[in-house]
Amino acid sequence: MIVKIKNQKALWLILPVFVLVAFSSLIPLMTIVNYSIQDIFDVNNAYYVGTDWFREVLADPRLRDSLVRQFGFSASVLLIEIPLGIGVALMMPKSGRLASLCLVVLAVPLLIPWNVVGTIWQIYGRADIGLMGSALTSMGFDYNYASDPVDAWLTVLVMDVWHWTSLVALLCFSGLRAIPAAYYQAAQIDRASGWSVFRYIQLPKLKNVLVIAILLRFMDSFMIYAEPFVLTGGGPGNSTTFLSQTLTKMAIGQFDLGPAAAFSLIYFLIILAVSYVFFTTITQMDKER
Amino acid sequence: MGWMAWTQNTAIFFCCIALILVVMTLWELKSPSLERKGFLPMETTRGDRLFIGLLSSAYIHLAFLATTQLSLWIALAISVGWLLALLRWG
Amino acid sequence: MKMKKGYTLGLSLYLVFLLLPVYWLVVMSFKTNEEILGQLTLWPQTFSFDNYVTIFTDPSWYMGYINSMTYVAINVVITLITALPAAYAFSRYNFLGDKHLFFWLLTNKMSPPAIALLPFFQLYSSVGLFDTHIAVALAHCLFSIPLAVWILEGFMSGVPREIDETAYIDGYSFPRFFITIFMPMIRSGIGVTAFFTFMFSWVELLMARTLTSVDAKPIGAIMTRTVGAAGVDWGLLAAAGVLTIIPGCLVVWFVRNHIARGFALGRL
Repeated sequence: MIVKIKNQKALWLILPVFVLVAFSSLIPLMTIVNYSIQDIFDVNNAYYVGTDWFREVLADPRLRDSLVRQFGFSASVLLIEIPLGIGVALMMPKSGRLASLCLVVLAVPLLIPWNVVGTIWQIYGRADIGLMGSALTSMGFDYNYASDPVDAWLTVLVMDVWHWTSLVALLCFSGLRAIPAAYYQAAQIDRASGWSVFRYIQLPKLKNVLVIAILLRFMDSFMIYAEPFVLTGGGPGNSTTFLSQTLTKMAIGQFDLGPAAAFSLIYFLIILAVSYVFFTTITQMDKER
Repeated sequence: MGWMAWTQNTAIFFCCIALILVVMTLWELKSPSLERKGFLPMETTRGDRLFIGLLSSAYIHLAFLATTQLSLWIALAISVGWLLALLRWG
Repeated sequence: MKMKKGYTLGLSLYLVFLLLPVYWLVVMSFKTNEEILGQLTLWPQTFSFDNYVTIFTDPSWYMGYINSMTYVAINVVITLITALPAAYAFSRYNFLGDKHLFFWLLTNKMSPPAIALLPFFQLYSSVGLFDTHIAVALAHCLFSIPLAVWILEGFMSGVPREIDETAYIDGYSFPRFFITIFMPMIRSGIGVTAFFTFMFSWVELLMARTLTSVDAKPIGAIMTRTVGAAGVDWGLLAAAGVLTIIPGCLVVWFVRNHIARGFALGRL
């Protein structure tokens, strides 16, 4: 850890970053607050409505449904990806060319544009032209992500697992690599079982990395947009419409500026609270080290 | 600026936030605050407590809107009380 | 030894699960549409480059790649220039509100772009930047600068501050020290940061699509709009998809050892 010096002039070094980010973040945020308390038809026709939009949005079952759906999805994502990611990291070779190769292959899904991820699974899952779709159909499953809500939801979930488990695996792998070999030797001398090596040596070392992985995965799954948008368009029905998509539909599709803005603010407050927990946790971790 | 659709109320709101920030900055320059442990689970500085207070105030207001028809002035009064308590004992 | 065999098997299965969809996309991009719709084949019967030829000869297609490349490049340059001094300040000094500024940067990385989409459109229209590469590059700074500051701060914290102090005693000015001594010391960090800035700007679509209409339209938007004109041209779509994956795959080998650090926002 570096001992930091008190120096108020360092603020000048932050200034360019501050100006650039503030331009794209504070001005839109203020505008949203302004929108959220008015009924806006166009620039010259805006009427003050007070907190009506907030009441409407908070009582709207569509939004509540998509919030519930979002939390359900994020929870499922975490439940599958975290254990799977740990598992993959444990199975990887520790070093050498093979390990490098694994790292690169793991990274591939993370480097694909999000809408292309949707396209890949759209093609892959179709019963007529896709490998997975036709394989499932020929095995006798009645699989169609475009018409069956359960299939659609599962496909989006598998797609997300495919897309992001690598992130968890990569983080865990670098966490595991930081464990000194002496620990394993000691365990071998004690004839520790594979499970107790994992439980008492590897898992504690992974704690820090896992906190980061869990929070990153939560945040990213919480703003998922392009992948389901391309794959299912949010359907069938609303089964795969998550928060971001509900919001874009409202704001751009129907041009309901007021309710969309109110909804944005609520969405933002959730993100802000979770980010703060994230930030506090990792600064605490840095301190302990 | 026309497209930002400013209203008097939002202008007052943001001025208040800005004012709070300025006051906190001056206070901090005059007597820098040290991290300390209050009833919150971690050590906090004055700025941290202010942020937690403002964020939770927003949630208090939302809870009022979602569950009651009461005037928001009540929510505001509760929030201010909570914010002050947090700054003092948090 | 038996355990190890299980490990290899499990890992191989997972890697196959990862690569199969990509394989399918690549294979499909080399097929003709008759073959795609006709029967399911694991390997193209007639190997055809037509889809790629279409993309590389039709300006409405390849301009999408050029547009994306342009705004991504501008974004990387702006981000690195501004984030380097900022990260240095965060890693070396305490100042008023440093923790809060750092947190505020993080929230911008974490916020869904959907939240501010409409004001974005109006903001950039009102300053006359709508449908320019600069607009998308500036908008992407919203998440790429926080990311860059976080990653760079992580790398810079690994450089002991004695080095700075020695240089200052030797009479180096801050800019000269920073450029001639400090930046070479963290060059791998700068490389990784550039890679991640590039990557996150490259994969983002929502903002890029909102801020452009014709002149700066990204490839992602062109892909989604071309689909559905006269049925879906699956082969063409697949080829366009393959071309968007290539840039990442070309450079990932160089950053493989730092990739986890980048995705963890520098916190490892």
